[in-house]
Amino acid sequence: MLDFVQQLVSGIALGCVYGLIALGFVLVYKATEVVNFAQGDLMMLGGFFAFTFIGMLGLNYWVGFAGAVICMALFGMLAERVVVRPILGYPQFSIIMATIGLGYFLRSVAGMIWGTDDFKIETPFSQGVLRIGSLVLAYDKLSVIAATIILCALLYLFFNRTTLGTAMRASSENMLAAYYMGIPVKRVVSIVWAISAAVATCAGVLLAPITFIHSNVGLVLGLKAFPAAVLGGFGSIPGAVVGGVLIGVIESMAGFYLPQGWKDVAPYIVLLAVLLLKPEGLFGLHVRKKV
Amino acid sequence: MRFLFKTDYEDDIRLFPHSGYVYSYGLLLAVLLIAPYVLSSYLMSQLVFVCIYATVGVGLMILTGFTGQASLGHAAFLAIGAYTAAYLQQFNVPFPVYFLAAGLLTGVVGALVGFPALRLQGIYLVIATISFAFIVEEIMARWESVTNGNEGMRVKAMQLLGTTVSRDGPTFYYLCLAVLVLTIVGTLNLLRSPTGRAFVAIRDSETAARSMGINVALYKVKSFAISAGITGFAGVLFAHKLSFISPEMFTLQLSIEFIIVILIGGTFSLHGAVLGAIFLVMIDPFLTYLKDDMPGVIAGAAATLGAGSERAGHIQDAVAAFASANGLKGAIYGVIIVVFVLFEPLGLYGRWLKIKLFFQLFPLYKRATFKRQKIYVKSERNR
Repeated sequence: MLDFVQQLVSGIALGCVYGLIALGFVLVYKATEVVNFAQGDLMMLGGFFAFTFIGMLGLNYWVGFAGAVICMALFGMLAERVVVRPILGYPQFSIIMATIGLGYFLRSVAGMIWGTDDFKIETPFSQGVLRIGSLVLAYDKLSVIAATIILCALLYLFFNRTTLGTAMRASSENMLAAYYMGIPVKRVVSIVWAISAAVATCAGVLLAPITFIHSNVGLVLGLKAFPAAVLGGFGSIPGAVVGGVLIGVIESMAGFYLPQGWKDVAPYIVLLAVLLLKPEGLFGLHVRKKV
Repeated sequence: MRFLFKTDYEDDIRLFPHSGYVYSYGLLLAVLLIAPYVLSSYLMSQLVFVCIYATVGVGLMILTGFTGQASLGHAAFLAIGAYTAAYLQQFNVPFPVYFLAAGLLTGVVGALVGFPALRLQGIYLVIATISFAFIVEEIMARWESVTNGNEGMRVKAMQLLGTTVSRDGPTFYYLCLAVLVLTIVGTLNLLRSPTGRAFVAIRDSETAARSMGINVALYKVKSFAISAGITGFAGVLFAHKLSFISPEMFTLQLSIEFIIVILIGGTFSLHGAVLGAIFLVMIDPFLTYLKDDMPGVIAGAAATLGAGSERAGHIQDAVAAFASANGLKGAIYGVIIVVFVLFEPLGLYGRWLKIKLFFQLFPLYKRATFKRQKIYVKSERNR
């Protein structure tokens, strides 16, 4: 039983990271109908920025964290402007390829700048554990869970209570109609990318104590975030986080209870099952095509 | 400019629309046939890879380019073909038998993937094929009694008609070339048959195709099976060329390379598969050349532009360090993909058509001829 709870908590912590990456996918997908295959690599880059600020320049953890988030938000806007905006409105496949290319580029450049070693960021909560009875929970895992909850609450308030959030929801419903209503759609999309890159950076920095940051981490984790997004229903913000947590728990349980090898495959088996049985996901909308 | 006067349907679907095609392709074939006696062994080896990649490209083109079903899982089909060959070879099965068996088995697996894929569209299909490829990769790594796990399998030299065919020799190259040519001719024939027209109809509008009486599900599964089968044939040749296969060769990276092949070549014509394969395979020797020779060339240029010898030496060192940096190849790949998607969406073959049209219409060429239409209405979500 104790093992089960331990696995559950580490699964939820890992799942929160998947959820945060998936959240980035979903934000961009909802706003622009672009699926950003480079989302995991944005996360990786965010982790490296934080590492540079905290580990190499010796800044305070929170200052470095904020610096990385701001840098990556700007980078997200730049990526949108250079790679995505010129091809908005073209077939989805072209856009997918463009973001795959962007991911390739980011991975290799990060490898060239920071090398291919593993890096670790010292955090205020990388040491220490919380003991409840005989249950031992590491602070770094709890910090991921807490941060995910805070981020989701902030995003929820932002989307439902602010004018900018409403504008974003409007342009995600119908870009053309939003444009006619006087919403500056281009600027809105650019801000969505900034938010998505910032969320990815949070995921990267929080992840750093659990698995190390290296230049390929984005590919591995970014692809795991797809099952999360699909399970939650592509295009649903709470769905992304719930899906992420479920995938994390499934992976962690499969690693513990099933023979070796199932751990890596389990998320994809779940993904295929969801696609076959309930393609709209847990929270997705089912829309019929009109001819 | 040549005007083709078509009087009946047979004229419209001819493989060679006019005699010029026969001469130019005949010339190309002749050049390819004498290539082993002219080119260095390294270039010959690259040419074999061009044939294999182009075969996969043609297979992928049927699915992605002509039926409109994106796949990022073709490395898995290649793996199935390669492993079938390696496994059957252990029991002294002759080459023609396991070659056909690999293609058939991969085709069946392709059809099995095609059935669930019927319900999926666009991005969901891409994600599903990625997952399929991951699962196959994991099976290859874990099913040790058949695949020998992560240790990989050795592939013995090919036995054909009682002789041993070396993987570096001209015979192996001719075999790969023959497979490629047969695949291309077969695919061209397929595409001008009712099946091929049904594929294109499904690509252009599934709803319209269905209302014209096309059994969309059947043709999608057919397209998956044919595409996978061709990739399986290529897998056998791939295994023989490398003479050693292991699961980590058939990763998502390879699937992306196959997509790059058709994307760079141009997704609307079989020419694209071949041009893309040439581009992708030949980029390696080009980068090696860049790595070895560019620092000297740039330093020389700097020296002639008036930089001092010490300065030029610095420049040479800096460029050499940059060129040999880890991951430069990946960065160049990334830039190439993005540049092609942004600026040359029709690929290399599209560029060739543009140049050809420019000279045919000489003063009257309009750039808008090849302009794509942008659609801002969110159609793909509600499909």
